[in-house]
Amino acid sequence: MSAVLRAEGLGKRYRRRWALSDCTLDIPAGHVTGLVGPNGAGKTTLLSLAAGMLAPTSGTVEVCGGRPASGAAQLAKVGFVAQDTPTYSRLSVGDHLRMGARLNPRWDDTLARARIERLGLDPAKRAGKLSHGQRGQLALTLGLAKRPELLILDEPVASLDPLARREFLQGLMEAVAEHGLSVVLSSHLIADLERVCDHLIVLVDSQVRLVGDVDTLLATHHRLTGPRRDPPALPADQHVVSASHTDRQTTLVVRTSAPIHDPAWTVGQLGLEDVVLEYMRRPADGQRGSRPAALEVLR
Amino acid sequence: MIWLTWRQLRTQAAAVYAAVAAFAVVLAITGPRLLDLSRAYPNAVLDYLTRTDRNLYVAGLMVMALAPAIIGAFWGAPMVAREMEGGTHRLAWNQTVTRTRWLATKLGVTALAAAAAVGVLTLGVTWWARPLDGAQGGNSVTLGDALPARLTPVSFAMRGIAPVGYAVFALVLGVATGIILRRTVPAMALTLAVFTAVQIAVPLWVRPHLVPPARHTVTITEANFAGINVLEGPTPMVQLVVRASEPGAWVLSNQTVDASGRPVDTLPSWMVDKCIPPPPPSAPPFSSKPVAPEPDMHSCLTRLTDLGYRQQVVYQPASRFWTLQWAETALFLAVSALLAGFCFWWTRHRLS
Repeated sequence: MSAVLRAEGLGKRYRRRWALSDCTLDIPAGHVTGLVGPNGAGKTTLLSLAAGMLAPTSGTVEVCGGRPASGAAQLAKVGFVAQDTPTYSRLSVGDHLRMGARLNPRWDDTLARARIERLGLDPAKRAGKLSHGQRGQLALTLGLAKRPELLILDEPVASLDPLARREFLQGLMEAVAEHGLSVVLSSHLIADLERVCDHLIVLVDSQVRLVGDVDTLLATHHRLTGPRRDPPALPADQHVVSASHTDRQTTLVVRTSAPIHDPAWTVGQLGLEDVVLEYMRRPADGQRGSRPAALEVLR
Repeated sequence: MIWLTWRQLRTQAAAVYAAVAAFAVVLAITGPRLLDLSRAYPNAVLDYLTRTDRNLYVAGLMVMALAPAIIGAFWGAPMVAREMEGGTHRLAWNQTVTRTRWLATKLGVTALAAAAAVGVLTLGVTWWARPLDGAQGGNSVTLGDALPARLTPVSFAMRGIAPVGYAVFALVLGVATGIILRRTVPAMALTLAVFTAVQIAVPLWVRPHLVPPARHTVTITEANFAGINVLEGPTPMVQLVVRASEPGAWVLSNQTVDASGRPVDTLPSWMVDKCIPPPPPSAPPFSSKPVAPEPDMHSCLTRLTDLGYRQQVVYQPASRFWTLQWAETALFLAVSALLAGFCFWWTRHRLS
């Protein structure tokens, strides 16, 4: 599985503040990868670095095998729809398509026109007069018709109402299915990600807290409820993600690939949002890394 | 990329070109009459000018002074700053076009458009004003009765090819301030401020030295005598000016030197009593006024010459108009190139 985005020790400092520090991650090709994390985790910075909008202060980032925005050939491989989906408000929808056609050698005009028509956008209308959702769709159309290998979307649905959000993601999914491109998508709306992503990365405080295929994550996380007892009594292959206790009861979120046999536990399923929140909630304890769950056990 | 640049500049370009075209039409209609006048009365054009002609002359100066500033503020400053404000640079920079090519095309196309607009203007104004620059009235005796010659600072910057250099410089200056400030309105204000400062500083301190000025030390005679200024005060200052030996020269300094060649602050005080009539009683103190020569001027000037006083005139001869024009244009284009280089560096390394 080749990496479509690879960061190593990546950091970005604005004057004194580090927006992203020592970030190391791999995003595999051929997936729709969701990037989640609390505000200030460095999602936008990471994606901007990947799109070549920013230059890293430290470390390296590689996208589709090259340094971001290092030349026209590299730019052609990567599409980026920035936060707030910027468009030229004084240019019409048709002008945007002409711009795309003139600035991108791999431009797929048929795709662009078809999408615009299906969305019911009037090509003569100025982008400034479009709704948020329509503008987002226009920006997505530009990103898709460029025919990149990787499409990076930074919070594309944040400002959309639920209906527009669903339509936007629907459009994205159709395009992905049709053209087989890799997508990296950041959002704090986990429910949306659950619908479109098959790979997930939880980024907290510049660090990867959780990474994996969505199906695997859902299959390996369980909520155990039972009489109060000490976590260390669990089998070695069960990692506690979080534990909460009342006087008589203990509730654990554990990660394990093996089935749970202990009859004392009531095993409950977790939604993706529950899993993500468990990882986001955990305090940054300085001992970050590949096996965060193991640390929890020592508490 | 050229298409996008054009598409984004369209509105501002249309406004400027419409104004240029309108002004060019006015010049084309009124110009031939001036040419005829100057042929008919080569030494007294000024006497035959109507109010409209004079107003148009001033308008020509103002349009030429404003055009580069307008281009800098309205074409240059928003070029990158507006993209930064609207976040649209993130759209533009993610097309299959590098930032360098993006800026190069925008800057190149707009600079050409600016040079063309101001080029047309300056061509028109230079042609129109040619009979008037330095024109004199038929009965003019003193210097004040002529329009400024084209080499003097007022006219120089509004004639020839220098305005093209100014326009390109103002444009690149606008782009540079926009890139640094990232906000359109402050960038426009800063562009105007810096451009104005440059337009004041260059004729004062730079242009006189682009070509080493000519220096003439002459005997003061009635023929070249132009006037005496008396600055009244506790110790009256008496200063004398002569006419430059060639017409249309840009006089940089005009001062009296003593026998040893050193400039003198004030002429001997006997001149006040012997050579100039007493000021009218109502004259306000500290006034400076040229005084017309009196009949006893001859003996007065002879006495000055006998004492070793001469007049030193430092000037740029009128014949150097085009030399200075080319030199100044080259200077502005060179500075524009440096600024543009800075813009490219900053766009590649500092913008995000």
